[in-house]
Formats: sequence, structure tokens, C-alpha cells
Amino acid sequence: MRLLKLVPDDTNIKFLKLRIPFFVVSLLLIAASWAAVFTQGLNYGVDFAGGQEIRATFVGEAEAPVAELRQTVSALEVVEDPVIQRFGEPNQVSIRVKLPAEAEGQPEFAAMMTEQITAAMRDGHPEVRIDGVDSVSGKVSGEFRNDAALALVAAMLAVAIYIWIRFEWQFGAGALFALFHDVSLTLGMFAIFQLEFSLQIIAAILAIIGYSLNDTIVVYDRIRENLKKFRKMDLTDLLDLSVNETLARTVMTSLTLFVALLPLLIFGPASLFGLVAAITLGLFIGTYSSVYMAAPILIWLGVTSDSFVPQESAADLQEKKARGLT
Amino acid sequence: MLDFPTWKKIWLWGLTLIAAAAALPTLLASTNIDIPDFLPQPTVNLGLDLAGGSHILLEADPAQVAAQRLENMEETVRTTLRGSVPENRIRIGDVSTANGELSFMVDNPADVDRARELLLPVMNGTGLVREWDLRVEDGQQMILAPTGDGLDTAVDQAMETAIEVIRRRIDSLGTREPTIIRQGDTRIVVQVPGLDDPDQLKALLGQTAQLEFKMVDQSALPSDVQQGIAPLGSEIFPYAESSQFAGTSVAVRRLGGIRGDSLINAQQSFDPQTNEPVVSITFDQQGGQRFAQLSTQNVGRLFAIILDGNVLSTPVFNEPILGGKAQISGGFTTETANNLAISLRSGALPVDLSVIEERTVGPDLGADSIRKGMLAMLIGSAAVIALMIASYGRFGVYATIALVFNVMILLGIMAGLNTTLTLPGIAGFVLTIGAAVDANVLINERIREERKRGRRVVAAVENGYKEASRAIYDANITNFIAGVLLFMFGTGPVRGFAVVLVIGLFTSVFTAVVLTRMWVAGWLRNARPNDLSL
Repeated sequence: MRLLKLVPDDTNIKFLKLRIPFFVVSLLLIAASWAAVFTQGLNYGVDFAGGQEIRATFVGEAEAPVAELRQTVSALEVVEDPVIQRFGEPNQVSIRVKLPAEAEGQPEFAAMMTEQITAAMRDGHPEVRIDGVDSVSGKVSGEFRNDAALALVAAMLAVAIYIWIRFEWQFGAGALFALFHDVSLTLGMFAIFQLEFSLQIIAAILAIIGYSLNDTIVVYDRIRENLKKFRKMDLTDLLDLSVNETLARTVMTSLTLFVALLPLLIFGPASLFGLVAAITLGLFIGTYSSVYMAAPILIWLGVTSDSFVPQESAADLQEKKARGLT
Repeated sequence: MLDFPTWKKIWLWGLTLIAAAAALPTLLASTNIDIPDFLPQPTVNLGLDLAGGSHILLEADPAQVAAQRLENMEETVRTTLRGSVPENRIRIGDVSTANGELSFMVDNPADVDRARELLLPVMNGTGLVREWDLRVEDGQQMILAPTGDGLDTAVDQAMETAIEVIRRRIDSLGTREPTIIRQGDTRIVVQVPGLDDPDQLKALLGQTAQLEFKMVDQSALPSDVQQGIAPLGSEIFPYAESSQFAGTSVAVRRLGGIRGDSLINAQQSFDPQTNEPVVSITFDQQGGQRFAQLSTQNVGRLFAIILDGNVLSTPVFNEPILGGKAQISGGFTTETANNLAISLRSGALPVDLSVIEERTVGPDLGADSIRKGMLAMLIGSAAVIALMIASYGRFGVYATIALVFNVMILLGIMAGLNTTLTLPGIAGFVLTIGAAVDANVLINERIREERKRGRRVVAAVENGYKEASRAIYDANITNFIAGVLLFMFGTGPVRGFAVVLVIGLFTSVFTAVVLTRMWVAGWLRNARPNDLSL
């Protein structure tokens, strides 16, 4: 039986030849992402913005009357600027409304809003089924925002410190930068396309922080091995060699994850779409960054073979030197 | 590395099969196959987002506990200093509860020391912590300030009581298996699975049910009262919205009333004369005596029935009420009267709780999500398996068997630990399936490489496992770090995602590295191949 080989044996692609243009493009993308996050803002869902989200199914109807709902719901006195969109099946909608200032800490007000919106939907569509209601007060959503930012920063630093301990500081810094790149671009995508940004997306990004490093670690492990093996090789060539040697792994590990996630993206429940889409996106960004961010940054940070010379022999050398002098 | 003595094999297979068997009750739950009763039957709980139900986060205001405590202290101080005989009475005035402290002037400076003696015992609670600090300013002003520890203890007790009260109230709804847990210092999470209508639940939780009977200050000028000006020693309460006097207020005497927290029963009933829904209450013995005393001393006067700061009605004590029974009216419907009866029966909440987060999921949606998630998981697994077998042949088959065991063991451990599967948890399963074979990819690629460098079969396999494991462990540890932070950050569904990911890391290292190595070793020993098709 002939086995499938997605990456031919002994590739010799000069990945690092284009490192500067790629790096510049990546830096620009990071800058553009943050610019988008700060100018356009993230489209916070109720988790982070506070407010109320009602999801409903128009049972027995082919399509949810979104246009009609925009009119009837907006006409309600308690509601300002509702966001009404299809969610999942064609006959399902999600209605997102802000909680007005007077509703803060007043549960009756939120309950009354739900009641009025439900009544507006039932009017003319008695078969409406309420699938779920989320109500988040401004206090809680503010805490979620802080905790989320904290969790992201803590996760990036913690794994970078681990890489630093296991490898060398240059590798830790490289991993941290690659992660920063992945997280920035994911956030940027959510800002540019104004996709709903919820707690699940933070979960997805934290998962990306874990998984995007897998490829980086495989490449780094090989770089370390080759640094010990080829003491005299030019660093750029050595990095290229390492990336090429591990290319099949990088492609296969990303691909297995991708084929597992794709059906969930297509056939999975609508409420998971954001989470899975973010992870899938992060998977591609992460694979790219382990080749084009994490590896070349080692050149600039000045990794040398000496980084991995066993400590004792370095000490021995010094001792010998010292004896020679005296 | 490839040496597996029999004891080790038995041990590994035993562990694998026991953990995988633990998944069976969960997997067979939707089929007709029964597992004999004498076997343990761990199952994975479904989260609210899959089973349907309500998640409500309640928050208490500690300032309210502090204010309540201050008011109680004022009563205590007055009673204590009054003494049992009139000639021992220490007269005080200028009582103030501003700035969270209780301060008062002792009329005769010579009494200050005696007052201090009397007050010392009431300043310390039952515990070891000092609950109040006492200081004297300008010779005759005494100030009682709550200590931080004392306040913390009070808030703590209030929260514990609140949880008990909530549990009794929810139990009275007849819902099954509510989860009520304290979160942080001032919050309570209430999760009730499979509840169709969370409104009644919320109505019950929102009601403090602090019932008070206070005398109406009939000397107050009605015009002053409506402007919110209370006579000395009185305070203004608004009428409840359900009352016929809604929109107006009434002045009541601040002290000397009684609290309705000493009830032994409360029932919804109907007033025999008006047929209006009312709540009939029965005091316990002590409460009955106090109520009898209050009604005896105040025959012919108006008293106010106050619920959570709103006046329900202001009836007259026509005669002393000695039987310890009373009837509360106040424009109730049958439902609101019934809710109040439940709340009063289960006791008053020691502190107001406000709903700061609420999530409700209908039961249909969850079943749909599980179906869709399972379908996606099966297709995804099939794709991963096809890719692995096509790429690595026999080694891909080992990886596949490991993958099946991985999913079973993961589910089994989750069932054994009684964890909760949430909707994001399903995504966690899919992610684990896609990532678990990564270890096999690394190992198999390394074996391929070692063969190309000319190593013999056994040495190549041995080196493949050895050299690949560094990166495998590093990758899993970084994932573990991210997973733990995800667990710490997440609540509810997101936490379910973290649980699956973190347990999945352990199970996948076990199946993808340890088990496949055992199988490959067994094959190498039996078949003694000269070449690997890899």
C-alpha cells in the first residue's frame, strides 16, 4: 500500500529568505489589527457589553420575519437600538438589546423587557418558541472584560516563561511574540468583520494560545537539536533546515485539527460557530506564525550554538583557560 | 523503551478498560440497553446549555447588612442601657447612625463608665472576633464602630442564611436538583435544570420577605408625610404598588415594632368577608407573645404591615390578638399571595439579593445541539482516522484505536469525576480528537526520519518514541497551562470546555504515546519485520 505523503521527502524551501518582507507584513497586520480594535471596536455580545439577548425559533415557519421584527421590537418603548439577526436555522433569530441605565440592578426591569419583546414576537406569530434568554448586568460584563484581558495576558506570559525555562530566553521571547501575533490577528479579524465577541471567543483564543504553540515547539525542538549537531552551520541555513525537516509534522498536525474542526463548523450547533470559527482561524494564523515569526526572530535575538553547550564543559573551558594563564 | 513485561501490560490494559467502561453508562443512556444495577453507573452531567434550565447569579449588598446590623445595635443599646429597674436607667440622646457608626450622648457624664461596662458584653459576638469598637469622645459621646472582622462575619452569616432560605424556596417549587453555591464573598449562583418558566423562580428570589409590624405615627401631619418629612423617631414608608393607596406614603414609629421572622407557618387563604386573597400567618411562641403585647398596648391604633420596605396595609388593632395568628392583606392576587406565603415560610432573606446575570436555555435547543455536535464529531473523527491511516498505514491504525480509547477514557473519567458536559465541552471533545493524534504524527514522522537515516527497524521505532516525546510533553504542558488559566477564568459553559481540554491532554498522552507504544512493541516482537512501510 502506498502511503499518502502530503509533504514530499527532503524539501528544501528557503523559507527564511523572505523573512524580512513577511515579518514586515506581519507587523503591519498586527498594527492594522490593533487599529481596527481601537477604531472600530469589538462587537461585544451581552457577555461583555451587558444587556439582554433573546433567541427564538419561529416554529412552523420557513423564515423568521427579521424585517418585521426590526419594526415591532424597535417600536417598543423600553428598547433602543435592538440588534436583530438570523441565528442558526433560517427560522431562528437572536435579538440583542441594551439594558437602559435604570435597569442596572433592577431585575424586574430586565424581566419586563423580556416579556415585552416576547409579546411583540408572539403578536402574529403565536408559535414562537423562546430558546434562551441571557441577561448580563453592566457590573458583571465589566468584570468579564477585565478577567478576559487578564487571562489572555497571563496565559501568554505563563507559556512563554515555560518555553524560556525549557529552551533559552530567545525561544521564550520568540514564542511570546508569535502568540502576540496570533492573538492580535484573531482580535483584528473579529474587529474588522464585526463578528460577535463573547466569552466563548476568549475561550477559543486561550485554546489557540495552547495549540498554536504546538507547532512552534516542534520547530524549536528541532532547532535546538540541530544547533547541537551542526555547530558550524550558518544560522539562517540551520533554521531553514529545521523548518523543512519538520514541515511534514507542521502540516499534518494542523491538518488533523482542521479536518476535525471543519464538520463542527459546518454541521455543528449555531451557538458554537463563533468558538469553532475562532479556533480554526487561529489554527491557520498559528501555523504561519510558527514558521515565519517564531523561527526568524531567533536570528535577530542572536541565538548561537553556544546557547546549548552543556554548562559543565563551558565551566571546564574557563577553568582550563584560567590555569593556562597562571 | 520497547520492553513491556507482562505485569505492565496487564496494568495498562486494566487501566484502559476500566476507564473506558466508565463511559458506558453515559453512552448507553439513550439506548434501551440496561447495565445491571449492582455495577456502579457513573454518568456525565449535562450542563444547563445542553439540558435546558436557568442559571441565575445573585449579589448581595454588604452595605445593607451593615446598616441592618447598626439598626439592631441601636435597639440593643437602648434596651441594655434602660436596665431592668428605672433607677438604674442611663439616659441617652442625640442618637445617630451616620458614617456607619452608632453614636450617642450620655446625658450624665458620670454614667459613661457604667455604660461602657454594660455595653462590653454585647459588643462581642459568639465567636472569638471582636465585633465592635467602643470609643468615647468629649467625655460623654460614645461611639460604637463595627470592626472589619465583625462585619465580615456578619456578611458571611447573612450569605449562609441566604443560601439556606433560597434552597427552601426553590424546593417548594418542586424542581429537581437545584445547584446553589456561594461565589466569592457576596454572590450566590443558582442553577435549576429543566425549568420552563424562570419567572416564578426569579420572583421568589427577588423577594426578601422581610416582614415587619410597626405602629403608624398618627401624630404626623399628612402634608409633611407626603413630602417625605418624618416626625422625630418616625420614618416614612411608601405604600406597596399592589395596595389601594399606592403612590402615597405613611409615617411609622422607627422603634418598638416587631419583625415577622419568627413564623412557624404561612398559608395563602381567602378573607372570609371580602373573599380577597390573603396570607395567614402563625407566629411561634415568642413571636406570638410579642405580637400579643404589641396589640394589647395599642388597641384602637393603626399599625402598618411592611414587606420589604413597602407598606401592604395599615389595619387597626380592634382587640388584643392573643392566639399568635394574623392575616395579611394588601391587594394580593392568588399567585402573589401564594409566592409571599412560600417566601415567609422559608424565612426572610437576611439581605436583598439582586439578579446580576441570568441565562436561560430552553430544553429543545439543548437536544438539538447534542445531535448536531455528535454528528460533527463523528464526521470529524472519520476524517482524522482516514487521514491517519492513509498517511501512516499500520501505525495509523494504532493511532486510530488509541483515538477511540481516548474518547472513551475521557468520557469515562468525566463520568467518574462527575463533571459537567457543556456545549463548548463538545467543541473541546472535537479539539481533543484533532489534537490527540498530533503525538502520533510526531512519533511516526520521527520513525520515518530515523529509518531514512539508516537505522534498523527496532532502533528507529525506539528512537522515534524517545526523540518525539520531548516535543510532545512540552506541547502538552503549554496546553495544560493555557487550559488551567481557561478553567480559572471561565464560568459555566466555558469552564466545561476547559475541563474537557485539560482531562483530554492527560488521556491523549496516555493513549497516543503509552498505549500505541505497547501495541507497536508487541507487533515488532511477534512479526519481526525487516522493513517498515511508513
